[in-house]
Amino acid sequence: MEFRRKDDVLELSELDPFLAELLRQIPSSTKCDDAAAAEQRIFSEPAQPNEKEICEEWKVYVQPELRRLFQSATETVASDLQQLNGSEKPFANCTLRIPTEHADDWLNALNQARLVIATKNNFNEGELCDHYRSPIGSRRDLSLFQVNFYGFLQEFILRETGGA
Amino acid sequence: MSGRLGQGIPEQTIFESAVRNPELEELTKTEEAVDVPWQVVVHNDPVNLMTYVTMVFQKVFGYPREKAERHMIEVHQKGRSILWSGMRERAELYVQQLHGYLLLATLERVS
Repeated sequence: MEFRRKDDVLELSELDPFLAELLRQIPSSTKCDDAAAAEQRIFSEPAQPNEKEICEEWKVYVQPELRRLFQSATETVASDLQQLNGSEKPFANCTLRIPTEHADDWLNALNQARLVIATKNNFNEGELCDHYRSPIGSRRDLSLFQVNFYGFLQEFILRETGGA
Repeated sequence: MSGRLGQGIPEQTIFESAVRNPELEELTKTEEAVDVPWQVVVHNDPVNLMTYVTMVFQKVFGYPREKAERHMIEVHQKGRSILWSGMRERAELYVQQLHGYLLLATLERVS
């Protein structure tokens, strides 16, 4: 896999089918489903529990806006990922081109996905720093690899768009 | 006594009204709570990348990179950092923006 910026496009080339599939899973990975802990992490409290009024107003007025923001970012990413669905040869390496104007949406959706996966799997700090664990040991190892791969992609986007 | 609430009314009158009318007293308390200084606190989260957190502090608060990095390191090492303090309305806006970037941020009264 190769990363580079070409003018206003961030290009990920030589994507093998495994990494392409992980990328396709970004939108679905942002969904909390029935995991209350993941929902609580994505929509965290704005104040300590004793500030009941602030917390209640937040749920009514702010959370719907945040939900729309996160949904919009995920939709942009899902739209860009359509490029990975048109390959005539299903096992061939492919290329993904991300317009730099979509960079913030990608950072947001990748962060949603990382937080949801990490919360659902209850990864600790030590595991999150283990970048060398094989993804083929178990479903949990694959999820950890996914979190780290998405983080790697975030680093690339930040570096190439001047955010890091 | 809140300046806004007391516009054109002698303080004695407001006090007497508050004694007679608990709703007015409650309103006064609420306005005072809004005027108390508040602080925006960001809490540690092992998932968010350090570079990402630094970028968010730069974007939301307009801090130069060095200052943003100092706060990021404080969050990482001490578990929390006070990013800003001032009026509640603006503090709420900052917390909302930080939540938009999925950072763990809270609004706290300055003690």
